[in-house]
Amino acid sequence: GVKVRKDKTQLTVSVKGFVKKLENISDDETQEILEEKNYVAALGICAQDPMGNGSSVSGGEVYSFQTPKRSSKMSELASELAQTPGQSVAPDQSESLEKTDKTPQSSKSVLMRCLFLLLIHVFSLLLQSKKKELVSTTPYRLRKRLAVPDPCLESESEYSASCSEEEDEEDQKAVSIALSGQKTPGKTKAASTPPPRNTLAKKNEERMNNLVEEYFEAHSSSKVLTSDRTLQKLRKRRLNQQTLHDLLKKAPLAYAAEIKELNQQHESLFSKWMLQLHLGFNIVLYGLGSKHDLLEKFRTSVLQDSVHLVVNGYFPSITVRSILNSITEEVLDHIGTFRSPLDQLGFIIKRFKEDSSLELYVLIHNLDSQMLRGERSQQILAQLSSLPSIYLIASIDHINAPLMWDQAKLSLYNWLWYETTTFSPYVEETSYENSLLVQQSGSLALSSLTHVLRSLTHNARGIFKLLAHYQLENKDNPSYPGLSFQDFYQQCREAFLVNSDLTLRAQLTEFRDHKLIRTKRGADGVEYLLIPVDDNTLTDFLEKEDED
Amino acid sequence: GCFVFKPSPKKKRMSQKAAIDFRERNNESEDAELRFVTCQSLWNQIKSETEQIQEDLNKQLFDNLVGFLRRSHSERQQKTTEWTCQMKSREIPTAALVLGVNVTDHDLTFKSLSEVLQNNITPYIALLEAKYCAGIKNLMQKLMGQLMNCYIDVDSLEDEDYVHISQNRIRCSMTSLISWYESVTKKIDSETPSKKRTSSSRHWQSPPVVVIFKDMESFTTKVLQDFIVICSQHIRELPLVLIFGIATSPMIIHSLLPHSVSSLLCIELFQSLSCKEHLSTIIDKLLLTAQFPFKLGGKVLQVLINIFLYHDFSVQNFIKGYQLCIVEHFYSQPLSVLCCQLVDAKKRVNSLSHDQCENIRRLPSFRRYVERQVSEKQIALLTADSCLKETTQKLLEDLHVYHENYISVLRCLHVFTSSLPKYPLGKQIRELHCACLEDQVWETEEYESSLQLARMLSKSDLVTMLQQCVEIFVSSSGKEFDKTVEKLKEFLTQFQKLEAEAFQERDVSVSSQKELQKKTDLYHLQKTLLELKESRRSKKLTKFEMLRFEVVDYIDSLVRNYLVPADHKTLHEIVYFNTASVLREHLNAAPRIALHTALNNPYCYLKNQALKSDGGGISNKAPDICIVYRLHLECGRLINLADWLEAFSTVVMAAEGPNADAASSDEVDDIIHARFIRAVSELELLGFIKPSKQKTDHVARLTWGGC
Repeated sequence: GVKVRKDKTQLTVSVKGFVKKLENISDDETQEILEEKNYVAALGICAQDPMGNGSSVSGGEVYSFQTPKRSSKMSELASELAQTPGQSVAPDQSESLEKTDKTPQSSKSVLMRCLFLLLIHVFSLLLQSKKKELVSTTPYRLRKRLAVPDPCLESESEYSASCSEEEDEEDQKAVSIALSGQKTPGKTKAASTPPPRNTLAKKNEERMNNLVEEYFEAHSSSKVLTSDRTLQKLRKRRLNQQTLHDLLKKAPLAYAAEIKELNQQHESLFSKWMLQLHLGFNIVLYGLGSKHDLLEKFRTSVLQDSVHLVVNGYFPSITVRSILNSITEEVLDHIGTFRSPLDQLGFIIKRFKEDSSLELYVLIHNLDSQMLRGERSQQILAQLSSLPSIYLIASIDHINAPLMWDQAKLSLYNWLWYETTTFSPYVEETSYENSLLVQQSGSLALSSLTHVLRSLTHNARGIFKLLAHYQLENKDNPSYPGLSFQDFYQQCREAFLVNSDLTLRAQLTEFRDHKLIRTKRGADGVEYLLIPVDDNTLTDFLEKEDED
Repeated sequence: GCFVFKPSPKKKRMSQKAAIDFRERNNESEDAELRFVTCQSLWNQIKSETEQIQEDLNKQLFDNLVGFLRRSHSERQQKTTEWTCQMKSREIPTAALVLGVNVTDHDLTFKSLSEVLQNNITPYIALLEAKYCAGIKNLMQKLMGQLMNCYIDVDSLEDEDYVHISQNRIRCSMTSLISWYESVTKKIDSETPSKKRTSSSRHWQSPPVVVIFKDMESFTTKVLQDFIVICSQHIRELPLVLIFGIATSPMIIHSLLPHSVSSLLCIELFQSLSCKEHLSTIIDKLLLTAQFPFKLGGKVLQVLINIFLYHDFSVQNFIKGYQLCIVEHFYSQPLSVLCCQLVDAKKRVNSLSHDQCENIRRLPSFRRYVERQVSEKQIALLTADSCLKETTQKLLEDLHVYHENYISVLRCLHVFTSSLPKYPLGKQIRELHCACLEDQVWETEEYESSLQLARMLSKSDLVTMLQQCVEIFVSSSGKEFDKTVEKLKEFLTQFQKLEAEAFQERDVSVSSQKELQKKTDLYHLQKTLLELKESRRSKKLTKFEMLRFEVVDYIDSLVRNYLVPADHKTLHEIVYFNTASVLREHLNAAPRIALHTALNNPYCYLKNQALKSDGGGISNKAPDICIVYRLHLECGRLINLADWLEAFSTVVMAAEGPNADAASSDEVDDIIHARFIRAVSELELLGFIKPSKQKTDHVARLTWGGC
């Protein structure tokens, strides 16, 4: 008995020790937090800000760890936002929802599925009777289901019955939350009220554990936890650039008055910018919203009487070379070429140093664009901007843009940072982007196709058309590998287009050089031929050819 | 994407643009032009001062280096046949220059170094950077390019034909370099003596070729090894000298190069000043002097120092920040026209316009001053410009005197605090300066504890400190310190007297000890010991202790008198720049945080009541991009576009209210779709998401965290 007791005491002692250790840890942590605060205070970040902008946000909020996400959370948030107009989403509410998510429901799942299917049926009946009274408290998913037209509903229910288990479960949850109204809120409440905790150490431990678990959960599986729905199922046609533009014109710009006020605030800084540019600083603008219009206004109002260069960094084919070329050719009126950009830079630097009356303002929209963000281009631009008679004013948008610059480049650029949050839409900047939601018109590809083919012989055109037809015939086959070379040869022979293997190969080389076809080796070593153009363009092309 | 705009030649703007810009926003009555001129002249003064400081600091180092180069070279000139010299002649003389971290300031150092060398030793200098020397071939190319170009620069007038040989046509090899060197040196020899006398007196007959490796650590080992081995083969024909710029420690040479290679080098070590010392000198010469009328406020100085310590260690950036302060001060404060030397300032006060007088009256510090005056005086100050101008002159003089005294007393206090254990008030004078600017320093705990520690200083320490203080006060320009100096000297003589007395006292104690030794009786011994102890405990302070207390109290009174924080002084706004937030915003910006705030809390920028929300969330009436951003925070690594779109349209529909349903829903749907596309592509531009091929109609998230 004594021994046992002794063990027990030991155990408690060790537990105590453990708790103590944890306390120590927490102490350390508070110490760390304190130190961080000291640092922040030392930098003067806590000082009040005249602009009232968000420098009070601490780094921990912006840069945090990845945490596991449920695929239904987005729609839950959406429904919350929709339900509570003008009100914020209380963070604790979403937390409680999360908690209910996590409660194991596997035992009930069979029952729930039955209930779910039944519900779907009821709802479809309701719909058929055209009773469209929406109760504002019904959650989003159900409401959505109510809103969609009948055929869509059919497919939807079919789809949700057939799709993955996980998806089902989520839907069930949504239903369960919605329907067992009395039951779930009580549960959420129970789950959300934190159990009383005694010591800080315990709390801390729990938090740590949660963090660790969440971290490993988030990184454990590479499985993608999203639903399998696609835009095609939503029956949304892909918009092209033009229609998108027209549609957006119809939509009124929200908060135009406030945005205008913001812009006026920024415009009052123009003369200050000019002063600072002349004193050897360069200016970089950051903040949400397109700064294109602001810079344009700056240009028209202040720079009218001086030589200036405008660079649209968002332009997909811009290079440092073209910037340097326009300086040498148009500003310095130099005719001739240079061996390398560095040579060109040297020439420019020499000219500007020799002639002190030369002055140049350079405006760069999106200095952080794809084409300009490379190390070499930034180096060249930095060296250019370090010239005393070149004044650079640029804008950046990407969240990681400051990572482009190391200390050496920063000291060359000699930046003064200005926050110019405008909230205006990035119209110009995104119009060039190959957004995945915007349908590419393919007009460029089409015209190049016709141009190249027009210069070829009749037979060659025939060969290409043959391949195109074959590809279009197989367009519904997702695993279509292409036309194998042997088959292609056979078909060409039959159409009297080629007389030997070699002629066909010569012809194909020609196509390949113009990037009209692509060859791919299959698993069995056979060569397959493909036209790397999307089907619509190809159809257009064939129609056009037939017309001629 | 590039467009050049040229104005018509007629409209070209005249020079002095900066002055015009300066004037543009400020109205004429506020002496904008004069302010600008003052600002420019002040900045030019400061700039030349900093350059001078830099030069002085580097002088020692450069002198040593030049001496080293001379020596290494002259040894080579003497053609001794001794065995040791022959051995040595295989070695390349190398200077290892330990510079410490920070690359940007070193560019300047290297630039001035090569200038110095060019003037004193040799025209043949090549500066190599690791960035451009990925392989031995690139290195040779760079080296030859620089050497041959420098030759062209030296006398481009005489040999036009030489210029035309571009570096490309010469094969990059050591032999061609040697032949080039021979031809060059021969040319100088054969040159007409009258013409080249000056240059040949500066350089020798065969000047060495200096190759500087700016950042030795970043070079690849292979390149360095190869280069050194090749050079050592040709050292007789080509007198090479290497200079390594080292950021870490000289040990790196041995860890980078194997013994077989490093034995080919004859290394001598040179240490440059650390950037912290450089900063201290700059602060000492720029801020802690009455020479410049412009002053930095406590917070501003703190921000500048913190950027230096936490971010870049760059003195250049510090000076840049200082420049920004000056510009900002003169631009935003109309009264900064008085921020000049006292004599000029007094003149300028007389010619102030009425508006400027009103500006003075509006200063908070001046208002406090007026409130302290008697009522007649108050009325006079607030109504009569002439009275105001008179008072302003007097106050400006007061401020000037305050500065002079402040600096001397600060240095004096620093003498005391810098030697205390644990440095309660900081090791550097800049920390003390910040503390004094911030608040009344004598009310802080640190000051209290440092005084207590000072009361325990030993006599010798105290005497040396007092002597230092006397020196400071004597050399200072303040006029009020005659008495102080006298007093301090009096303390010193008292200490000397104490020394004399101490001898006598020691005699007394010795006699008592002797007495102690006499008695051997245990009981008596115990008794006397107890008595001794008793007497020691109750003994009054010794004379030395009394004196020490007096000294410390005196220093304390000096501090209370002269180290009043600047913002307690009337008219301090004229010479002090205090808006630290401006500085931080422009020099140490946080673009990511600005984006974060704009997306999470648009009300910060768009002051619309509809956007106002309690508890940090966003309302459903927020701009599209904010809603889309908020929704995407709820997702994991991949985001399903279809779900996203649906969620978005739910929110937007709800925000627009029920009447939206009444309109043709198809069109509304399309518009929402278009808005969604725009918002998503904006997020893509900002770098929050990117397209993903992992699953159809999915995008990948690029940031973590959801708040």
